[in-house]
Amino acid sequence: MATAAPVPSASTGLTGWLAGQVANLGAGAIDLVAGIGDVAIFALRTVGWIFARPQRRDVLIPNFYRIGVMSLPVVALTGLFIGMVLAVQSYAQFKALGLETRLGSVINLSLVRELGPVLAATMLAGRVGSAMAAELGTMRVTEQIDALESMGANPIYYLVVPRFLGCLILIPSLTVMADFMGVLGGYFYSHVLLGIDHHHYWANSREYVDVFDFLMGVFKSLFFGSAIALVSCHHGFHCEHGAEGVGRAATNAFVHSFVLILVLDLFLGIWLNNVHDFFRPEGPRRLL
Amino acid sequence: MTATVTAPAATSAEATPPLLRVEALGVRFGRQEVLRDISIDLAAGDALVVLGESGCGKTVLLKSMIGLVKPSAGDVQFEGRSLLRMSDRHLAHLRTRYGFVFQGAALFDSLTIAENVAFPLREHTQIPAAEIRRITESLVDEVGLSRSVLAKKPVELSGGMRKRAGLARALALDPNLVLYDEPTTGLDPIMSDVINELILRVRRRPNVTSVVVTHDMHTARKVADRVIMLYPLFRLRPGEPQIVFDGTPAELDRSTDPRIRQFVEGRAGGRLMELREEQALADKAAAGDEEETA
Repeated sequence: MATAAPVPSASTGLTGWLAGQVANLGAGAIDLVAGIGDVAIFALRTVGWIFARPQRRDVLIPNFYRIGVMSLPVVALTGLFIGMVLAVQSYAQFKALGLETRLGSVINLSLVRELGPVLAATMLAGRVGSAMAAELGTMRVTEQIDALESMGANPIYYLVVPRFLGCLILIPSLTVMADFMGVLGGYFYSHVLLGIDHHHYWANSREYVDVFDFLMGVFKSLFFGSAIALVSCHHGFHCEHGAEGVGRAATNAFVHSFVLILVLDLFLGIWLNNVHDFFRPEGPRRLL
Repeated sequence: MTATVTAPAATSAEATPPLLRVEALGVRFGRQEVLRDISIDLAAGDALVVLGESGCGKTVLLKSMIGLVKPSAGDVQFEGRSLLRMSDRHLAHLRTRYGFVFQGAALFDSLTIAENVAFPLREHTQIPAAEIRRITESLVDEVGLSRSVLAKKPVELSGGMRKRAGLARALALDPNLVLYDEPTTGLDPIMSDVINELILRVRRRPNVTSVVVTHDMHTARKVADRVIMLYPLFRLRPGEPQIVFDGTPAELDRSTDPRIRQFVEGRAGGRLMELREEQALADKAAAGDEEETA
């Protein structure tokens, strides 16, 4: 990553200090733009290598197993609980309006549109993203990435592409799992513990949640998965020396992935709502 | 090198470029300059040892020779072709003619020793699996490792065994230029000499040129036919070249330059005092910066 050197202040005193700060503001902005450009180039090279040469099965399968299969239990568990939590939090409000039978619609709509994909992505960033950054960071520090290059092998092809494909291909399954368990959790709490009639619960859900909502969540997850893989691998590749450097790469991988997931979620949400309105000009459905 | 009309030897030398040419190389990381104006020509069959204290840029020089570090000035040419102007694909192909032995061996943790040694063969050749196994076994034999290590992971091996496995991997594609980064660091004296013996054996292979970066005088005397000594830039007087010595190991031993004598004899001299003064200056500068910011 290009690092702009901070500009030393030419004169002392308040004016000099202010001038230095303003000048360094520019350096910070340049660093930020250079950083984003760096990740973008990294992403383009990764995509290029997907098509340049097919991946080997014996490299792909273990990556898919670690990313997908091993993440399934934790994603299922968080999905289940978030479904129940939604029921707990919404019940009082809906009951006050006498609309508790509509609980299913709000729980399931929030789940498939937002919470399912975002939770699955957060879990993936925490469980897999930081591990990828730490693993690649250790490889950088112990010169294994240099060794790959010195043997004429491309580290992006060998290390990044399998992880990227794993996240991209498997995050929709994890999202569906989070959705499914959330729906189950919400229903369990609403019907078994709050005693809401299950016919009305499902009838309302069917009325307000359609295939588009579900597909919208799954579609968004593709972007989240790509972002997690690219950000985490990039942090691993640019890891600083020592145990502290590897630790920082792992932490930054999670924090930056998480922020990016939420930013992407906002913009994809706005865009997909417009797409929805384009195909369904009758306007948004009203819950209440 | 300057070619003149009257010197046919020079003309023929111009026609066949050296195996590796480092030309006015400069490397800096951010504000820190590590190498300045380094020029080295390596003919096929040479065995060059680059000596120097820690932090003088030896490893950076070695990594520049294979294009792992991008220089900020100058050029590196392999058989007359610039590594800097080469496409990624061509550079990757050219690297099959290099063997790089890393300081910590840099074996892939997730692969067995057999898979590690066979990696370059699988990556660059279409040799059938049975033949790859045979080559791997003979490489492991050559570096004096038992065949039982083939199924083991690198973490199960000692430092000396890992270094030898790293050397076996570097030799897999029959390289023309073998680069060794601190090959004996962290090893006991006997294992260090085993590694020196192996470097000598590799030298005897046809068409092999070696570059060994080390601060081990024993290695330098044993394997080199040419020695270069680098000095840290910040300790040089203005205008002084960074290569403070270039000659044979025997000339190195006869040198009267106090900096070279200090290194060859391994004497601290006034270095502790110098380090303390440098640290005090650095602390003072840092305190000055803080004050200015406040």
